[in-house]
Amino acid sequence: MQIEPRANVSVLRAGLAPIIAVLAALVLCSVLIVWAGAPVLESYFLLFKGALGSRFALTETITRSIPLMFTGLAAAIAFRAKFYNIGAEGQLYCGALAATYFGTGLVVLPALLMVPFLMIVGALAGGLILIIPVLLKTHMKVDEVVTTLLLNFIILLLVSFLIEGPWKDPMAMGWPQAASIIDEGVLPLLMSKGRLHAGLLFALAAAFLVWVMMRFTVWGYEIKAVGLNAKAAEFAGIRINSTIIRTAMISGGLAGLAGVSEVAGLKGYLTLDISPGFGYTGIAVAMLAQLHPLAVIPAALFLSAVYVGADAMSRAVAIPTYIADVLVGVSVLCVLISVMLTKFKIRWR
Amino acid sequence: MSILEIKNITKSFGSLVANDNISLSLDAGEILALLGENGAGKTTLMNILFGHYTADKGSISIDGELLPPGSTEAAIKAGVGMVHQHFTLADNLSVLDNIILGTENLFAWRQDLSGARAKLEKMAEEFGLAVKPDILVGELSVGERQRVEILKVLYRDARVLILDEPTAVLTPQETEGLFATLKKLTDKGLGVIFISHKLNEILAISNRVAVLRRGAITGIVKTVDADRAMLAEMMVGHKVTRPRLEAAAAGAVVLQLSGVSVSGNTPTPLLNNIDLEVCAHEIVGVAGVAGNGQSALASLLSGLTRPASGTVELHGEALGEVTPNLMVSLGVGRIPEDRHASGVVGEMAVWENLISETLKSSEISHGRFWIKKPDALKRTEQLIEQYDVRCEGPLQQTKLLSGGNMQKLILARALSSDPSFILANQPVRGLDEGAIAYVQTQLLAARQRGAGILLISEDLDELMSLCDKLVVMYHGELSAPFVPKQKTVQEIGLMMAGHRPETGQEAAYAN
Amino acid sequence: MDLIEIFLTTGFWAATIRIVSPLIFATLGELICERAGVLNLGIEGIMTIGAMAGWMWVYQGGDLWTGVMFAALVGGTFGLVHSIFTVYLGLSQHVTGIGVTMFASSLSYFIYRMMLPDATTPPKIIPFQTYPIPGLSELPIVGEAVFTQTPMTYLALLCVPIVWYMLYRTPVGLAVRMAGENPVAVEAQGIDVLAIRTGAVVVGSGLMAVGGAFITMSAFDAFFFGMINGRGWIAIALVVFASWRPGKALLGAVLFAGLEAFQVRAQQVAGASILPYQFYLMLPYLLSIVAMVIMARRARYPKALLVPYRRGERV
Repeated sequence: MQIEPRANVSVLRAGLAPIIAVLAALVLCSVLIVWAGAPVLESYFLLFKGALGSRFALTETITRSIPLMFTGLAAAIAFRAKFYNIGAEGQLYCGALAATYFGTGLVVLPALLMVPFLMIVGALAGGLILIIPVLLKTHMKVDEVVTTLLLNFIILLLVSFLIEGPWKDPMAMGWPQAASIIDEGVLPLLMSKGRLHAGLLFALAAAFLVWVMMRFTVWGYEIKAVGLNAKAAEFAGIRINSTIIRTAMISGGLAGLAGVSEVAGLKGYLTLDISPGFGYTGIAVAMLAQLHPLAVIPAALFLSAVYVGADAMSRAVAIPTYIADVLVGVSVLCVLISVMLTKFKIRWR
Repeated sequence: MSILEIKNITKSFGSLVANDNISLSLDAGEILALLGENGAGKTTLMNILFGHYTADKGSISIDGELLPPGSTEAAIKAGVGMVHQHFTLADNLSVLDNIILGTENLFAWRQDLSGARAKLEKMAEEFGLAVKPDILVGELSVGERQRVEILKVLYRDARVLILDEPTAVLTPQETEGLFATLKKLTDKGLGVIFISHKLNEILAISNRVAVLRRGAITGIVKTVDADRAMLAEMMVGHKVTRPRLEAAAAGAVVLQLSGVSVSGNTPTPLLNNIDLEVCAHEIVGVAGVAGNGQSALASLLSGLTRPASGTVELHGEALGEVTPNLMVSLGVGRIPEDRHASGVVGEMAVWENLISETLKSSEISHGRFWIKKPDALKRTEQLIEQYDVRCEGPLQQTKLLSGGNMQKLILARALSSDPSFILANQPVRGLDEGAIAYVQTQLLAARQRGAGILLISEDLDELMSLCDKLVVMYHGELSAPFVPKQKTVQEIGLMMAGHRPETGQEAAYAN
Repeated sequence: MDLIEIFLTTGFWAATIRIVSPLIFATLGELICERAGVLNLGIEGIMTIGAMAGWMWVYQGGDLWTGVMFAALVGGTFGLVHSIFTVYLGLSQHVTGIGVTMFASSLSYFIYRMMLPDATTPPKIIPFQTYPIPGLSELPIVGEAVFTQTPMTYLALLCVPIVWYMLYRTPVGLAVRMAGENPVAVEAQGIDVLAIRTGAVVVGSGLMAVGGAFITMSAFDAFFFGMINGRGWIAIALVVFASWRPGKALLGAVLFAGLEAFQVRAQQVAGASILPYQFYLMLPYLLSIVAMVIMARRARYPKALLVPYRRGERV
């Protein structure tokens, strides 16, 4: 087997790669559906009907894609700089912690200021928690993958401590949850029915801003150059460490926004289960989007649809909802191969 | 009789025909030189012979037996051994480990280390290639590493030894030592293929010369019937004319290093108390075997590392905290050693690589933040034209450029601002004759315009022909400068090995 | 009882050895992969699926030891997936590893739910029982701490010298180490780098899965969701801490397990009066980070770690 680079990567092929990957993942996962004794096509039909088939389903899918857009962007920008931030889950909770700390009465501002204020403190919290791994990487050469992963566990335990201890809402009838965000801080609903909230607008704006930054600014140039060839970037005068630290702050900030949006938009208060692994799924979103900030939007919508639809599907046919997680995992692997095949060809002999 | 027969080998990569219907034979006890420019297809041919690539067409046989294509293992078993240009050794493992790898049954339960050591010692003695078997390869000098590579091949009872550019990293004296070893080997019946682009070495060592140009054999001649001019013309296709240095009076001092030391992770400093002066209208060459501190000197002058002590002055002003940006803004043009690794970001476009050093200047960005892409594109088009960079345009991916064009791109970036000091680190390494001439002409033109140039190279011939002054680097120290014509190659070679001309003694710091 | 007295109880040492067993399997497994030049971030998922597979085998009526082998086989299969991506196709070891972890963990939960759709409380198996080694187990302290354990613990402890011997005293071990230092050198000697790396990743992943199986088949008797709980990531930190050496890996794992055993007892002794339980639980993760920080600078990591090798690519 010989792997040879292709001279030119056609735009069409590059655009099709994630779609083909998703199709391949669906085919591979159909093995599990067959094993479960359900009809494959009907199951997938149920899945997509459950995700898109009604107004309610559609708004649920969009609502659930909001945190995925944020965490997907967080992963996309960090991976561009080859800074493997796998800690979006923890950063999300840090954002949620900050929103809870400031948003439950400590600071009271008019709604027009309160929401942006919570977004800012949430982003700061998400970014700041990444300071530890990023400085360990830049100054001590400690691999960031493991430190960001381990921090996820630490932060979750911290959240658990706070909502069972000092922050526990006495009105919650014993449930471990924090007090509710004050009305001024709650993200308004976008539609009278359903749960779709203004977090969506923030997520779309974030994707657009990240795209502008990557495409038109010195910061974006530096992130790309450091990720693609750090040695050449350094030779040209780009400061590697500052670039990585700055990228990490932006990445952590984006993940923190996911936490704010879940607490202040969807739930209204902090619990230990505001994220069923949005941080990790964000990596899949970023991979499907090929790290392109605007492509994060459809990728997040798609994976959200898979999760929402899988719930509906498992109610209809006896397939465990974990099929959605399997599908996400398989998609990550498939997209790696299909993107590679756009850049290389494999010659068998 | 011939031990190796290469027949009609053809190999192409995409549209590039790297090897075009090549046929060669090698006799026992013979040294066959394979001569060709960079990119002529020598390495591809050897990679096919050694099983790293499979040929599209053609066959290879050893002692009349066909070699199965694409199998390194089969090539080694049949008695082919290769010493690559970049050594294939693991620094963190011992010499013995490096040599015995792959010689034993992979799934044996134990290693026969004592037997291996005995065999190695016997061989080392027989061929005069002394090494310490238990020392880590990382602690060896370049010459010693090459010895390990040759022993690795001999240990496996090779009958055909291929050496790819073996002298590139050696001092002239070490080269003579290598040639003596090769004579011993051929006396014992080995066949040697000696790949090089250095004509005088080929004339000195080989029995026959096969010349490759653009993937095809342009001729096979007996060395006794060949001369330099003829081989050069066969290799390049036309008469070779390299630019020559024209006399010019040196101007004011541009760069001055006084007592500069740079420390690294090693116990000894990378640069130890060096003094150096480069004047306007002057090219100063740094000779020396790779790994003697040239990289540290280049990083220092590129702004990547700071001196531990001593002063660096540009135009008489001492520099404080050096950074690449500071160097560029002070008018330093920098040509890095390795185009691909640190010269360009291959996946980025040509225009992006051209602006990388001046991202935050007002010509390239608004407020050091918003990139003025239209302006950058215009500037790129202009420089592509001016420096004759052959590419599809400013938007093309840089990694698709040929080596020569990539180097022109780097020249355009480094020289277009008309720098007063130029650091050129191995500027022609790996280039073909046309590109070499282009790069050298540009450097000479910059010198004519009044730039001071520091040229770091491992190619003594290049330094002798281009430089006004030479210094020799050894173990992080610099010799006093001298005019190239005042010393012989032998004398310079001794200096490269650590001898000091003043005393004729081996330098105290050498070990 | 004082906190210091905890160290004097045999129960503490026995618990340490019990806790260290899965870490030894996982750390050695990761160490083998990384020695060959491949970072295996699939470890967390591979341990999960090993835990599920071994347990399920026994639950379905299989024998304990064949269950361990089955877990190893499943782990090796995921290792093969990882190596096809990272070794043969040269894809990002980071992203592939995360993908393998996502895939393997979710598949474990899927299969578990599939086979036991109605189980509300996790069903149990009869796990490995302690087997006091005759004679040795009667020694004071070590007898109870080390030689009164389950056979899987003995296997874990045995794995340390075996892995050491394989790496440092056999031709294949030399090839593995060389593949992690300079794959070109391996290829130049006529050995297939890709096969060596794949072999190392498959074997290493098998060991990781056995580490996972230890948790469901020796430490506990049931499979829970999230029961690996970051042990895989901790093992990766331990490999750095151990400077990629099997002996030091044992040392690091024992230190680590000791602190974990101490933490559990300290909680009981000092209780929530000093710290809420969550902070005790944080300790292992914090310590892993600290361990990496201590060693990262000095670490002499395999030079070709994370560097894919493509055959025939110009050196």
